[in-house]
Amino acid sequence: MKNVVLTILMLCGLSAHAITKINGAGASFPYPIYSKWFSEYSKLNKDVQFDYQAIGSGGGIRQLIKQTVDFGASDAPMKDKDIKKAAWPVKHIPTVLGAVAIAYNLKGITRSIKLDGETLSAIFLGQITKWNDEKIQTLNKGLKLPAKDILVVRRADGSGTTAIFSDYLSTVSKNWEDKVGRGKSLRWPTGIGAKGNSGVTGAVKQNDGAIGYIELAYAIKNKLSVVSLKNKAGEYKLPTVQGVSLAAQNVDASKGLTTSIVDASGKGVYPIAAFTYILLPVHQGENLKFVKEFLNWALTKGQNYAPALHYAPLPNKFAKEVLKQIK
Amino acid sequence: MKENLPIDKAQKNFDSSGSSPLLSYKSQDKLALYLLKGIGLFIIFILALMIYLLFDMSSLALKEYGLTSFIKTDWWNPVEDEFGALSFIYGTLVTSAIAIVVAAPLSIAMALFLTVVLRGALAKFLGLLVELIAAIPSIVFGLWGLFYLAPWVKNSLTPFLKTTLGFLPLFQGPSFGIGLLTAGIILAIMITPTITSLTREVFKAISPLQKEAALGLGATKFEMIKIAILKPSLSGILGACVLGLGRALGETMAVAMVIGNSPVISKSLFAPGATMASIIANEYAEAEGELHLSALCLIAIVLFLVTFIVNFVARMVIWRNNRRVKK
Repeated sequence: MKNVVLTILMLCGLSAHAITKINGAGASFPYPIYSKWFSEYSKLNKDVQFDYQAIGSGGGIRQLIKQTVDFGASDAPMKDKDIKKAAWPVKHIPTVLGAVAIAYNLKGITRSIKLDGETLSAIFLGQITKWNDEKIQTLNKGLKLPAKDILVVRRADGSGTTAIFSDYLSTVSKNWEDKVGRGKSLRWPTGIGAKGNSGVTGAVKQNDGAIGYIELAYAIKNKLSVVSLKNKAGEYKLPTVQGVSLAAQNVDASKGLTTSIVDASGKGVYPIAAFTYILLPVHQGENLKFVKEFLNWALTKGQNYAPALHYAPLPNKFAKEVLKQIK
Repeated sequence: MKENLPIDKAQKNFDSSGSSPLLSYKSQDKLALYLLKGIGLFIIFILALMIYLLFDMSSLALKEYGLTSFIKTDWWNPVEDEFGALSFIYGTLVTSAIAIVVAAPLSIAMALFLTVVLRGALAKFLGLLVELIAAIPSIVFGLWGLFYLAPWVKNSLTPFLKTTLGFLPLFQGPSFGIGLLTAGIILAIMITPTITSLTREVFKAISPLQKEAALGLGATKFEMIKIAILKPSLSGILGACVLGLGRALGETMAVAMVIGNSPVISKSLFAPGATMASIIANEYAEAEGELHLSALCLIAIVLFLVTFIVNFVARMVIWRNNRRVKK
């Protein structure tokens, strides 16, 4: 009997020794693709195991500063103030691109509604309150818009999605930048706040006349009508994985990896897009090597898993540049 | 018949029966007393530690705004680091008030039904069902509220209230189904089991003689309930309501999902609002600035204070009522 116990103990000891555990924490937005990556990667490398806690970008950054994780993850780049607090220099590694779709609910309208940035910001500022407002009507010639009230639905919880959306509105509208600004939590001038992407989705679905912003994946999965948005080239684009990838094609990776890519120039670009980052503390720790190996895989083969989960893969050229910087 | 012997004799009997105890009975008593004292003090210690931690974490905001101006300010803008708690205090008090106004009569009626009308196994079974409501996780309440209760409030309850009580400012303005009223109703459902089961215990404690005496004097069943059940248990009912109110004040997740999360003070109950617990739940995870985090902790202190004051006032009412009854 004793022998059996001893053998089991030894086996446990051996296997615990062989497997390296990597801990990460941060953004919930890329959680589906990250968990897919981790499980696929562990199949290839049986001796590395990843554990990722989707506690939110802010939490991820705090954990990183406290050195309780091997890597962090965030939708927005870290602020300089926070970078200074970290014990080591922190590298931002873009992994995939996310997009924000503008979903709406208007009974009787079958064609997709067109909007530009200025009009969108006026709606979310509460300056345009009816669907048949002249500004919306002129963008949608030939479409008979109803005289319904617009109900603005937005996120109530602090969120990277809000950060991307408000970054876009601040970029295209001076009015928005002055009155509201950028951030994960905002002082909203109008509308109702719902909790999480699912909350916004639900509120838009239930209210005729509602408009709200959600992650692209939620809009596709729930089959909501989405706005086709005017990009810098003057085209009206529906949010698609390709359109989002294109937003990053002109980014010069050698000039830093944390550039904002909302309202990017170029044909076919969907204008509300952003990178999501893995935050890599550059130190001498042993686990760093494993994280780097994983990132090498994620930015090459791993990218193929992205479109099925409605994330946009990084453009090839850009991904190569990022890989260079990881080394 | 051992139980009927005086304690020292029983002990002697026990002692003479064989092995002597490890500790003398006296020191056993002492040990138990110390243990209980220790546990009691430990709870107080934890409470003190929590209050200390909250004050420590909110010291930044406390220095910046001061408690009184923080409570008086009705403005919350994380982008500009401007924080005030008034709208959240308002939302908390209003939703809790709705909850208690709806839940108290319902719960008392339910408790009466279970003790006076129904008897035996069926009453036990129904009572169990009511108590089961308390076991439902609040996130489930929240989702149910968002997808079922909110549309019902919007499509059925609001038109009804507008036609019957529409002259009151409380029931004017547009309704989206999400707002103070819906949050209040969700809270009412959540605190019903607490009040019902406590009130039931109070009713059970009334001696049947009293009821029979009332009936014997020629009272109808309704009069019997009034004289022999409700009147003597008034302070008990109030106590049950206070406990229910305590739960309503602090409830977070369900409220955050259906209240609309707008830090505004509106006369209408249909309007969206926000509570102290909901803002903490919404913004804590992704709070960016130190001041933002600190302000959220200060909200927690204010919630502490408000709960304390409400409880204190309610206890005063019970106490005065008790005195009046005794006279």
